[in-house]
Amino acid sequence: MSVGADSKSLKNLLQGQSQLSASPLDRVNQLRTNAVNQVNILNLPTKHDEDWRFTDISPLTKISFQPVREASPLKNSDVEHFYLTEAVTRLVFIDGIYAPHLSTQIAEPFKKSGVVVSSLAAASSENLAAIESHLGYHTELQDNIFAALNTSFLHEGALIIVPRNISVETPIHLLFIATQKEVSSHPRCLLIAEPNSRVTVIEDYVTLREETYITNTVAEFALADSAHVDHVRIQRDSKEAFHIANCSVSLAQKSNYQSVSIAFGARISRYNLNVLLKGEGAECTADGLALISNRQLADTHACIDHIKPHCTSHQLHKCIIDDAAHAVFNGKIIVRPDAQLTNSTQSNRNLLLTSKARIDTKPQLEIFADDVKCAHGATIGQLDNEEIFYLKSRGLSEVTARDLLTYAFGAEVIERIPVASLKLRLEQVVHKQTQRD
Amino acid sequence: MIYQDSKTLLKIRGLCATVNNSEILKGIDLTIKSGEIHAIMGTNGSGKSTLAKVLAGHTSYEITGGTVDFEGKNLFDLAPEERARAGIFLGFQYPIEIPGVANNQFLRLAFNTAQVQQNKDELDPLEFDDLVREKMKLLEMNPDFLDRSVNENFSGGEKKRNEILQMSLLDPKIAILDETDSGLDIDALRIVSNGVNQLANKDNATILVTHYQRMLNYIVPDYVHVMDSGRIVKTGGKELALDLEKHGYDWVNIEKTAAVGA
Repeated sequence: MSVGADSKSLKNLLQGQSQLSASPLDRVNQLRTNAVNQVNILNLPTKHDEDWRFTDISPLTKISFQPVREASPLKNSDVEHFYLTEAVTRLVFIDGIYAPHLSTQIAEPFKKSGVVVSSLAAASSENLAAIESHLGYHTELQDNIFAALNTSFLHEGALIIVPRNISVETPIHLLFIATQKEVSSHPRCLLIAEPNSRVTVIEDYVTLREETYITNTVAEFALADSAHVDHVRIQRDSKEAFHIANCSVSLAQKSNYQSVSIAFGARISRYNLNVLLKGEGAECTADGLALISNRQLADTHACIDHIKPHCTSHQLHKCIIDDAAHAVFNGKIIVRPDAQLTNSTQSNRNLLLTSKARIDTKPQLEIFADDVKCAHGATIGQLDNEEIFYLKSRGLSEVTARDLLTYAFGAEVIERIPVASLKLRLEQVVHKQTQRD
Repeated sequence: MIYQDSKTLLKIRGLCATVNNSEILKGIDLTIKSGEIHAIMGTNGSGKSTLAKVLAGHTSYEITGGTVDFEGKNLFDLAPEERARAGIFLGFQYPIEIPGVANNQFLRLAFNTAQVQQNKDELDPLEFDDLVREKMKLLEMNPDFLDRSVNENFSGGEKKRNEILQMSLLDPKIAILDETDSGLDIDALRIVSNGVNQLANKDNATILVTHYQRMLNYIVPDYVHVMDSGRIVKTGGKELALDLEKHGYDWVNIEKTAAVGA
C-alpha cells in the first residue's frame, strides 16, 4: 500500500485551496469547509475498492497538479471554433476560471422572465434561496474524494435557473477549455429547472493543448415537477489528461431528463452519473458513447435509482475500443419497494476493434418491487459478418464496409443529440476515427 | 421474356456447396440468358436460398464442386463486392438494419461505387437526391425513408421496397431476389412486383427465389424450377407454378418417384 504516495498526491491536489478567498455565499463557505474535512479523511481509491476495480488512477499520483491563479488571456478568435451556431448563450471557463469576455448573456426577454445563466460567483441576491436549497445537496461527498475535492475548490461555476413555465428554446453551451499543463481545475454546474420549464444544456470539455492536466467536475441537476431537461455532455479533453466527473440528477414528478454523454478524450476518464427518480411518472434517458484508442481508459459508472412508481428509464451505452484501450461500464438500476410499475431498459454494447482492446462491463439490477418491467443486456464483439456481407453485396469493399459499420455503431448514439451543428461535428470526429488507413 | 438472340449470362454446372460440412447443394445445373425471368421454388430447406447466397458470394458456404460461369468469367474468382460491381445483385430475404447510417448516405455510396466501376461520374448529394427520389416514386416510397437509418424500424414491406430501390440504382445484369414476397401484404406485393417488372429488360435477367406462387401472378416467369434436397428436380414454364400451388410440393416428389419407378 502506497500510503505515502496517496497523501502526497492529495496534498498536491489540495494545493492552492487555502488561498481561495471567502465566498460571499455562506453556503459555499460551509460546503468548502466540510469538503476539505472529507478530503482529509478519505484516501484516493485503488483497485481494491469495488467501485474502482478496473480503473487504476495511480498515474494521477505521479504528477503534481495546481490550480491556475489567472486565466490565459484568450481571445474569441482563439476558441471560436468550439462555439456552436445554435447556442447563442454561452459560459466559457478557461482552466476552470470564468471568462466573461468570451461568454454571452442570455437574451433579454428570457432574462426578464427570470432565466439565469451566470457564473455562480456572480449570482444575485434573488437567486440565493435557490442556490442555498440546491447547491451541494445532490452530491454525496462521503466515499467520493473527487466530489469532495471539487467542492473544496467551490468558487465559480455555471449556474442555470429556469423559472416555472419558461421554455428556453436555444441550447445553453457551457464550454470548459483547458490550456495549460499540470493544472487542476474543478468545474461546477448547478442547474435548477423549476416546474414545467424546459432547457437544453451542453456541457463541453475541450482543450487547446495535448497536455497532462486534471479536470474534476461536479454537476447537479434538479428538475422540479414536469420540467424537461436535455443534457449533452462532451468530454474531448487532451488524450494525456485525467477527467473525473460526477453528475447527480434529481427528478421530481413527471419531469423528464434526456441525456447523451460522449467520451473521446483523456488518458483516464471516469464519469459517475447518479439519477434519482424521486417523483411519480418521472422519465430518464441516459445514453453514452466512448470512442477510445491507444492506451486510453474510459470508465462510466451509472446508477439509476427508481424510488417512486410509474417511472421510466432507458440507457444505451456503447463503447468502440481500438488499439490497447480499455473501457469500463457499470450500470446499476435500483428499483425500490415503492417503485411499482417501473419500466427500465439498459443496454451496453461494445465493439472491440483489436485483440488488445478491453472492456469490463457489469450491469447490476437491484429490484425490490414486484410489478416492474426491467430489461438489460450487454454485448461484446467484433463487427457482424452478416452486416459486412450485406454491404459487400452492394459493391462496398471489405474496408469500406467495416469502416461504415464501425462509424454507424457510434453514430447511433451521436444521432440522439438534439443540437444539429454539434451532432454534425461529432459525426465527423467519429467518421475520422473509424476510418482505417 | 425469352429472346432469340439473347446471350448467356450465367451457366451453372454441377454446383455443390456445404455449410458446416453438411451438403446443401448437390449438383445444380442452370443456364440463365439475358431477358429471362426464372423462378426457383421449393420447400424450406430445399437449398434455394443457399443457391442465392452462394451466387452472391456469402462466405459461410464452401463450394465443393461444379462451376459457375458469369459472362465468360469464373464467378468464384470474384469476391462478393466484385460480383456486385460486375452486375450480380442479391435482394435479401432479411435485409440488414444499420442504425446510425442514413439510408441516402448508404444508397449513394453503393451507387457511386458502381458508377466508378463503369467509368461514369460520381453524383454529389444533390444530384443523387434527384435521382433517388425519381426511383422511389416507382416504388411508391415516402422520401422520409432517405433520412432514416438503413432499414431500421422499417416494416417488412418497407425493407423489401428498399431492396428493390437498391436494385434500381445499381441496375444489375442478374438480380437474384430471395423470398422478396415474404412478409408483403397485397398492396406491397403489387408495388414491389411492378418495380421488378419495370426493371426487367432484354439485357438483364431476374431469378426469383420463392416458396409461394402468389408473386408469380405479378411477375410472370419464363421458367419455373423446383428444388428439392439440393437439386433441381423439375423445370417447366409458368404453368408449373400453378400446378405446384394446386397439388403442393409433395406432388413433385410423387411424380419423381413414379418416374424412377417407371
